[in-house]
Amino acid sequence: MLSRIAESLFWIGRYLERADDTARILDVQMQVLVEDPGMDERTSCEQLLSVMGVEDYTGLPNRWMLLDLLAHNPDSPVSIAAAIGAARESSRRARETLSTDIWAAINTTWRGLSTARAMRPPDMFSWVRNRTAMISGIADSTMSRDDGWHFYMLGRSIERVDMTARLLSTAALASGPQVAWPTTLRACGAYESFIRAYRGIDSDRQAAEFLLLDRWFPRSIVSSLAEAERALNNLESAGQRSGFSDEAQRLLGRARTELEYRPLAEIVFDLPVEMERLQRSCAAASDAVSARYFAESETHTWRGGVVL
Amino acid sequence: MNTSELFDGYGPVAGFDEMFEGTEVRPGYRQVHTSFEKMGADEVRLRADSLASSYLEQGVTFGVEGEERPFPLDIVPRLIEAQDWDHVERGVRQRVLALEAFLADAYGPGELFADRVVPRNTVVTSPHYHRVVAGLEPANGVRVHVAGVDLIRDGHGDFRVLEDNVRVPSGVSYVMTNRRALSAALPEVFADHRIRPVSQYSQHLLSALRKAAPAGVSDPTVVVLTPGVYNSAYFEHTLLARTMGVELVEGRDLVCRSGRVMMRTTQGLEPVHVIYRRIDDDFLDPVQFRSDSTLGVPGIINAARAGHVTIANAVGNGVADDKLLYSYVPDLIRYYLSEEPILRNVDTWRLGEADQREEVLDRLDELVLKPVDGSGGKGIVIGPAASPDELAELRGKILADPRAWIAQPVISLSTNPTLVEDGIRPRHVDLRPFAVHDGDDVFVLPGGLTRVALPEGELIVNSSRGGGSKDTWVLARASDPDDEGDMAPTASPVAGVAQSAGPAFDSQGPDLHVQEQEQQQQQTVSTGSLSTGSLSTGSLSTGSRGGLSTGSRSDAC
Repeated sequence: MLSRIAESLFWIGRYLERADDTARILDVQMQVLVEDPGMDERTSCEQLLSVMGVEDYTGLPNRWMLLDLLAHNPDSPVSIAAAIGAARESSRRARETLSTDIWAAINTTWRGLSTARAMRPPDMFSWVRNRTAMISGIADSTMSRDDGWHFYMLGRSIERVDMTARLLSTAALASGPQVAWPTTLRACGAYESFIRAYRGIDSDRQAAEFLLLDRWFPRSIVSSLAEAERALNNLESAGQRSGFSDEAQRLLGRARTELEYRPLAEIVFDLPVEMERLQRSCAAASDAVSARYFAESETHTWRGGVVL
Repeated sequence: MNTSELFDGYGPVAGFDEMFEGTEVRPGYRQVHTSFEKMGADEVRLRADSLASSYLEQGVTFGVEGEERPFPLDIVPRLIEAQDWDHVERGVRQRVLALEAFLADAYGPGELFADRVVPRNTVVTSPHYHRVVAGLEPANGVRVHVAGVDLIRDGHGDFRVLEDNVRVPSGVSYVMTNRRALSAALPEVFADHRIRPVSQYSQHLLSALRKAAPAGVSDPTVVVLTPGVYNSAYFEHTLLARTMGVELVEGRDLVCRSGRVMMRTTQGLEPVHVIYRRIDDDFLDPVQFRSDSTLGVPGIINAARAGHVTIANAVGNGVADDKLLYSYVPDLIRYYLSEEPILRNVDTWRLGEADQREEVLDRLDELVLKPVDGSGGKGIVIGPAASPDELAELRGKILADPRAWIAQPVISLSTNPTLVEDGIRPRHVDLRPFAVHDGDDVFVLPGGLTRVALPEGELIVNSSRGGGSKDTWVLARASDPDDEGDMAPTASPVAGVAQSAGPAFDSQGPDLHVQEQEQQQQQTVSTGSLSTGSLSTGSLSTGSRGGLSTGSRSDAC
């Protein structure tokens, strides 16, 4: 398929997942702020902004600032609004390869942003989760399992690893883990699965283990890494007898095995640092995918102002 | 029924109205008229609103100065009766064939110049005449793969040709989307008619493009070439690519290597054989035309000259769109086809000819003046509506470059009922039928794009000037077979297979006995003694499922 279209599909997957996960992360943060009496609002907001990679802002961070920077403000590159806007723009560029249903679902979501802005934060987060779930559902049932699909899944999985890593950092940094972990599990829709898997006994460590390593839960980091590797495998037309010629595959496989084969205690000992490493692996894998599959599309760019 | 306020104040129309003849409804429109009366104003508005929001959701848009706008679609359809359409169809086909012959001649032997049908100067001074493609023989002889011929109906209801578009005519996507949207908005009205379908356009286009492939290519790769997302017709480009199942490429996706055009894919470079380009000549190849163009593909013209790729529509077709050449088309039809023109031109003065120019300059305030290479209503001056200053400026421009202008009488475009603020009112319409030439036959899509000028009295119907569109229904002939209509084929009844249901999900809901048991179990859940066995045999009503999860959650937290 065209490199440019492959790139668009990859980014549609990433941006939609990012919008979804940002809503999940904010949901946790807002609930923790409300429920945890020992929480210092400023420190915790500062930590979250730093986990999300936001460095330049003015004023003292508080929950309203979080909502603006991470949810509503389309000019803030890390906001849900920006992610949905970018997903829509990528879809517009790949429109002929998307089914009408997916396009309409993405477009309608984008058009609904102004209404979502007026909602109460928890309602807005659930709206974002519902919309992105609906788009994934339509994609799942209407897209052929061709290269386009694999690029879409690759983007989605890499982003999910990256964002779940950020979510875990947020939970680990929260001062009151007895509130943070159950809330984090719920935000991932993992609470019931977790309870079933661990038969009702829960501790921070197990919650972290579940979101990091569970092979059956689709939002865990290990499942998402495996999903990304599968997508790359499908894209690789001829299988290799030994080793990996594909840099992205090597990076993701190494990240996964490091999580799986190292003692859990070692990983959770300094979870935020581990998670930052994982994010760096994701970024490197994403660059490797670009270099290998999309590089051809970036020879020159549109020069604005030319009207035909 | 007191619902006729919709058409109240429609009034007798000065020119030709598509629906009313005086105060009488024309026969073809009777069912539509009755249906709208029956629906009443509130219902019609409700449906018009849902029509508009469905276009917003689907993103059926066009660009104006870089901004995406929904394409306005009026809820009242425009009907064309079978015999009227026959006339249009034959006329459009004839015109396309004559223009095809003209282009082949003008870029080839030039016999028409020798025979003095059109002065050589008229053709070679056109800004759209490209010497670089002279002598280039297209693969199957076709240069006009797609044509859009703009028609209007004059005061007598006769169709007249306003202009020809054989470069990159746009709008056909709205013909297809309008049909789907309107049949969803007015299903019952739609079902009352036998309307000829429009959905087959893409198949005809793809087939024509494939037939135009360079010789020796048995399974050609066809692509649609778009300037990009900022182009006003981007929506159309995506729709055509999507419905043909081919790639939509931008200039940067293509590259020329040793006289062949390749596209950049995730598997490396792959050859392209036919390019349905939606980029103007000037931007197509920076090597040959505008060197600052970033939209085109350097070397694409050479690849076409080498016969490795077909560009559709052909480069240089613009000479046939030139409005000065337009005035010669009736002569071209007689010269090449030995036929009389089926569709008449609008009377046209050529300002390059001294006596005609003088007459026009005397009557500037009563005529319409058009730049010969303008498109989309650009630069048109309507004499009666122009101020003395504007006319003086126009006079100066004409005297400076008379070749650049033609003049036509003011023609009153026909009107069609249209939903506006006050109700349903007459608004001016035109019609752009689309034709596809595959080398053997010219297919004319039944209907075409009806554009409507939404402001009262406005004569320019372009979307960029606040124009809207209408779904155009060509009624099937009584003799047409049923499957010509957009109707579902009558299928013979098939024995159905019963759907399988899950355990104990009958339509009545679980019986009382089961419900009682479940309520008891719910109590046992909270005491923590639920066995899995009782879960899988019991039928879970929503109520009990809710009870279960709250129960277990309160246990755990």
